[in-house]
Amino acid sequence: MSSQNLTQQDASQIVSDEMIAIAKKQRVQDFFFHRVTQAFSLLVLVALMGIIISLFVNAWPTFERFGFHFLWHVEWDIINEDFGAAIAIVGTVASASIALLIAVPLAFGVAVFLTETCPVWLRRPLGTSIELLAAVPSIIYGMFGLFVFAPLFADYLQVPLQNILGGMPLVGFLFGGATNGMGILAAGIVLAFMVLPFVAAVMRDVFEITPPILRESAYGLGCTTWEVVRKVVLPYTQKGVIGGIMLGLGRALGETMAVTFVIGNANRMPTSLFSPGTSIASVLANEFGEAEALHFSTLFALGFLLFVITFVVLAMAKVMILRAEKAKGN
Amino acid sequence: MEMNKQLYMKRRITSLLGLAFSMTAMAIGLAVLLWILYVLFSNGLSALDANLLTSDTPAPGTEGGGLRNAIVGSLMIVGLTVLVSTPVGILAGIYLTEYGDESKTAELTRFVTDIMLSAPSIVLGLFVYAIAVATVGNFSGYAGSLALSLIAVPVVMRTTENMLRLVPGSLREAAFALGAPRWKVSTFITLRAAKSGVMTGLLLAVARISGETAPLLFTALNNQFFSTNMGAPMANLPVVIFQFAMSPYDNWVRLAWAGALLITLTVLVLNILARVFFRDKVSS
Repeated sequence: MSSQNLTQQDASQIVSDEMIAIAKKQRVQDFFFHRVTQAFSLLVLVALMGIIISLFVNAWPTFERFGFHFLWHVEWDIINEDFGAAIAIVGTVASASIALLIAVPLAFGVAVFLTETCPVWLRRPLGTSIELLAAVPSIIYGMFGLFVFAPLFADYLQVPLQNILGGMPLVGFLFGGATNGMGILAAGIVLAFMVLPFVAAVMRDVFEITPPILRESAYGLGCTTWEVVRKVVLPYTQKGVIGGIMLGLGRALGETMAVTFVIGNANRMPTSLFSPGTSIASVLANEFGEAEALHFSTLFALGFLLFVITFVVLAMAKVMILRAEKAKGN
Repeated sequence: MEMNKQLYMKRRITSLLGLAFSMTAMAIGLAVLLWILYVLFSNGLSALDANLLTSDTPAPGTEGGGLRNAIVGSLMIVGLTVLVSTPVGILAGIYLTEYGDESKTAELTRFVTDIMLSAPSIVLGLFVYAIAVATVGNFSGYAGSLALSLIAVPVVMRTTENMLRLVPGSLREAAFALGAPRWKVSTFITLRAAKSGVMTGLLLAVARISGETAPLLFTALNNQFFSTNMGAPMANLPVVIFQFAMSPYDNWVRLAWAGALLITLTVLVLNILARVFFRDKVSS
């Protein structure tokens, strides 16, 4: 009896030792797995810090030489090494603003159509085609703008606009200059095509989270579809809509290819909507290859400015969209 | 009564006008997509011939030639990017769902990742130039891959995370109850359950990076000749399209359209595939 008990005890002893060994091994494996996955996820933060630091370090000679004056200095003289960011900043902001002025109402219309009036069986294919529009690479928008849109724009929009509005006081100057299809306005319109699907997708997603009961109560009170959209859905999803617009703005500000092809690439302060200009991204794309010394560091300075501006805009967009999604949770 | 009727009419008309506007907006969106596709096909098809795949980019002002070096270069650069970003993105996504969850660091990582998804890609190119081109002394296919990884990793990471979140907690608990260690649960149970969703993320990442031009301008640069050496400047479709489309040579512009058609078709097919994958998952 006693010897049998002993072997049983031994056996259980052996099993638990083995189990402990396995458990220990698994703990070590788990520890490594945890740390490896953590390291990879932290890579994103490392990359962000790396971007900010490396751009700033490379841009330092320019910041040191020109100081804050760099931001509003209107000059781009490569030979005499006298640089200011104002021309590129104006071009960037002007083309992005035009893009949003056009894209936001259209995106709103698309989102309303997809969530309110579109027959259910059409929602999926139409929604997908808008998403496919967002997937078209930006260089394609650029080529489309240069070879197809610009010639049509010159003949059918620029010339008539200049004839009708060019002579008017106060606003006439906006429509002056050469009508070759290139320029700030053309770049803004091509950009609008590009950001339209991004903004529309976000708006559609936030419109869809409006509780059906709110919509139904409004319809029950006798509201028309448009009133439901304007007075119920839009106020309810306000934050998400603003977030979507900011997301579009972030995209438009940082876009390179769609702009470079059509903005005209002239380092002069634009004087009208038709005059050629340049944006931060297109200066980088065009001049980085041949840049040396201070010119080189100035391009890094522009890149740094662009990154900081878009980062702030995108961060605000993200916060807005997160808040809209939280509201849905409650 | 009279007043009411007028008011009612006004409201109805406003609503009709609003809805008409919304339909017009939708029509414009669709028209732009179809217009772009039409332009691509009408300009690109004429340049699609056997030469496109068998000969390299021609010298300026000469006739003939193809895009072989650019296509191979693009495939290699994108291929390497996928090889690197897939494990990194998936493991980072696993961390965010299985370990990080609601912690401050995980929240911050998520926030930054979402911003990196829309960050100006040309700035990513500048960054990689500073760390991987200026330090080494020459442009390279590796630098191009690194720049594209900065875009691909966030895409893979966020879709992996979202897909892992859809896996029910009971599945994890069942595996834990059987004594499975955490790493096995994460890789063999949760990740496997979310497989098709993760594949969707990978396809979207490939679609996203195949058309990116700006990050390659200062990293992989371009190469007029056929080369499979990733340590040297490498031809790639987007940069070739950019250079050729902006050139005054008809032959170059013709090739640029062919390249544009190739890239757009690839990107659209990948997007549609990704959707099919995901829909299968939802229905099953």
